[in-house]
Amino acid sequence: MCLAIPARIVELQADRAIVDAMGNRWKARTTLLPDAKLGDVVLVHAGFAISLVDEEEARKTWELFAEIDNFEKTSNKVSG
Amino acid sequence: MLDRIANAQHAIDDACRTIGRQITIMEVCGTHTVSIFRSGIRSVLPDGLKLLSGPGCPVCVTDQGYIDTVMELADRDDCVIATYGDMIRVPGSDGSLESRASKGNVRVVLSSEDALQLARENADKTVVFVAVGFETTTPATAVVVKEAAAESIGNFCILSGHKLVIPAMRALLGGMNDRIDGFLCPGHVSVIIGSGAFAEIVNDYHRPCVVAGFEPLQIIEGLAEICRQLAAGKAELKSVYKAVVTEKGNTAAQQIIAECFDPVDGYWRGLGKITRSTLALKERYARFDAFRRFGLEDKPGRDNSGCRCGEVLCGLIDPIQCPLFGKRCTPEKPIGPCMVSSEGTCAAWFKYGRRR
Amino acid sequence: MCGMVQIRPEEMTRAMTANPERILLAHGGGGRLTSQLIRERIVPKFKNEALSELADSAHLTLASSDICFTTDSYVVKPLFFRGGDIGKLSVCGTVNDLAVAGSRPVALSLSLIIEEGFEFDLLERILQSVSDTAQRNHVSIVTGDTKTVEHGSADGIFINTAGIGIRLPNVHLGLDKVEVGDKIVLSGTIGDHGMTIVSQREGIGFESPLESDCAGLAELTCSLFESVPGIRFMRDPTRGGLAATLNEIVDGSGRSAQIDERAIPIRPAVQAAADMLGFDVLNAANEGKFVAVVPPEMANECLRVCREHPLGRDAAVIGEIVTTRDVPLVELRTKIGGRRVVQMPYGRELPRIC
Repeated sequence: MCLAIPARIVELQADRAIVDAMGNRWKARTTLLPDAKLGDVVLVHAGFAISLVDEEEARKTWELFAEIDNFEKTSNKVSG
Repeated sequence: MLDRIANAQHAIDDACRTIGRQITIMEVCGTHTVSIFRSGIRSVLPDGLKLLSGPGCPVCVTDQGYIDTVMELADRDDCVIATYGDMIRVPGSDGSLESRASKGNVRVVLSSEDALQLARENADKTVVFVAVGFETTTPATAVVVKEAAAESIGNFCILSGHKLVIPAMRALLGGMNDRIDGFLCPGHVSVIIGSGAFAEIVNDYHRPCVVAGFEPLQIIEGLAEICRQLAAGKAELKSVYKAVVTEKGNTAAQQIIAECFDPVDGYWRGLGKITRSTLALKERYARFDAFRRFGLEDKPGRDNSGCRCGEVLCGLIDPIQCPLFGKRCTPEKPIGPCMVSSEGTCAAWFKYGRRR
Repeated sequence: MCGMVQIRPEEMTRAMTANPERILLAHGGGGRLTSQLIRERIVPKFKNEALSELADSAHLTLASSDICFTTDSYVVKPLFFRGGDIGKLSVCGTVNDLAVAGSRPVALSLSLIIEEGFEFDLLERILQSVSDTAQRNHVSIVTGDTKTVEHGSADGIFINTAGIGIRLPNVHLGLDKVEVGDKIVLSGTIGDHGMTIVSQREGIGFESPLESDCAGLAELTCSLFESVPGIRFMRDPTRGGLAATLNEIVDGSGRSAQIDERAIPIRPAVQAAADMLGFDVLNAANEGKFVAVVPPEMANECLRVCREHPLGRDAAVIGEIVTTRDVPLVELRTKIGGRRVVQMPYGRELPRIC
């Protein structure tokens, strides 16, 4: 009952963030994650970040996360 | 990834053979239902393992009475209904929100925040937010209720249909369907309530509970863990979704739920009344409670259609055993929520291929 | 960056009282203003004899009497989106219907239904886009019509284009020709148009690198029909996406289809956008792609021709036609080696949280 996807926080002002998932940028509230920081990967559900994502663990078990990882690495290479 | 899936499949095969009888595992998350069907997992599991879809689709378990109440409010000229897209096609006793679209006062929102924003932008109307969902979604509602209170926004209210997962699991095991050997627990509800919340199911009912995410690898490894436990005669709480689920869960989210809501008795489609299973806004936020504001009661609906969604939700029958399935009840002309909801068991069976 | 057009009620009132830079109802009345609009704003964009005559009907002499004829209406919102606009879409959509029918598109009609208050600037941009796209696709706009409607009746502007194409020789397409063993070729990535539109829709909008794949396919399809004999059937998966087209193929042919999920090309950003909203990429619209059913021995040649063309770089064989066991259906072999059925979509994707 819960569509939620991992995305990286690329902007953060108080508890309002912009998160990036494969280049798509969405608004998300970090009200429920007071410790969230710029650069963290969070799980976003219905416009709210509900959990930090343990990237190490995610890389092992989460195919979608592996794709994000890959995407971020390749786009960094291209755009510098 | 594929070899890990193959390993998990072998583990399940071995366990089923050791146990020697059919194992029944229930998943209590509509998103699991859909993931399982979408990835075709059922077709790679052995016959000895029966997967049941439980009451984990918040749209499906929403009682018809609640839906009729939403329709009543949608028919009013002074209201704007803000809802997640999931609810738009759910049929009440007289049409759905989709059929009222021509009135122009039903808006699909992606978040509770958008609903509050609608209230700010439409001062001459009362915005009613159709607040359904399990614990994953409830905190988002709580945040905006608090904001509405802080900003004294007078034209915003919520019709709370938020429900709790564990009381439903207890109701099932306590009588409605105790032939469940183990539970695949909802990954994102667990993010909020913590995997530890399922310990009471393990302790009181001696059933393995494994928290899993939504990709096929996660689901199959979760099922494999349950099967291994059953073969060894164990019942333990485990999680294979460690990337986001912790034992304690999201305490900030739990706190904000507790600040705004009280668990009360509520009606669940198919399960009837379950004690302390639904969330109602606390007295201090009464002015944001659509039930109190409009003098409405949370009453069960009376459904004469012959719909057997209730039994499907309890895992007592498969969709094809409902006489309406695929005949009078299809995704184009759904009769019950199980067919409408994208996560509904009947919709999943129909869409992904299990027909008569 | 956001290309959305919003015309608010207060703007409407202002427009009607003073502003000569917006469409008035009278522009559709058939009198002086209509004439002025056509001569000054519309015709100059499309330099061709047939249109300049401004006769009631265009007079065309065609190379053959074996023609294809199609029509489509365009009501897209927002009017301007990354990768295109309603003007470009109205040409490409009709060109593509002619292209996948095995014809070379030659001429289009252009009917505009414009809402009172619509800005001339926007109309200019759209008309320029129609003109540029028509030129790029080697079709002429030979006739047209302009009507105006009251504010609130047309979402800004609705466009209809009808088109004529000359049938290519030795091309005989039909679902009755589809045979067990035939391969299913998809010309490129899916979901780009549908998810781009969603990303720019009011209420859902999110910043995205996604772009519509809106493009005219005739050049590619003509070269394909010329190099690959025996193509059985072709269709462009617009509304309803790949899922709808595959279901139309199985329903119309009575055969079944087996598709390999891993073979379907999808951009990661498209999948991510769909995941966030709970949409199914298989149901998302495409405006620059086609699905072709080809004899198995021609599949490689088909891919080769596609991949040499900019619009077919990501072409792939995504599946094949198989015997029907019970009822014709589209079966997907999933990433994990499982099986599930792809149904005809309902017709409307709604953003979900569950």
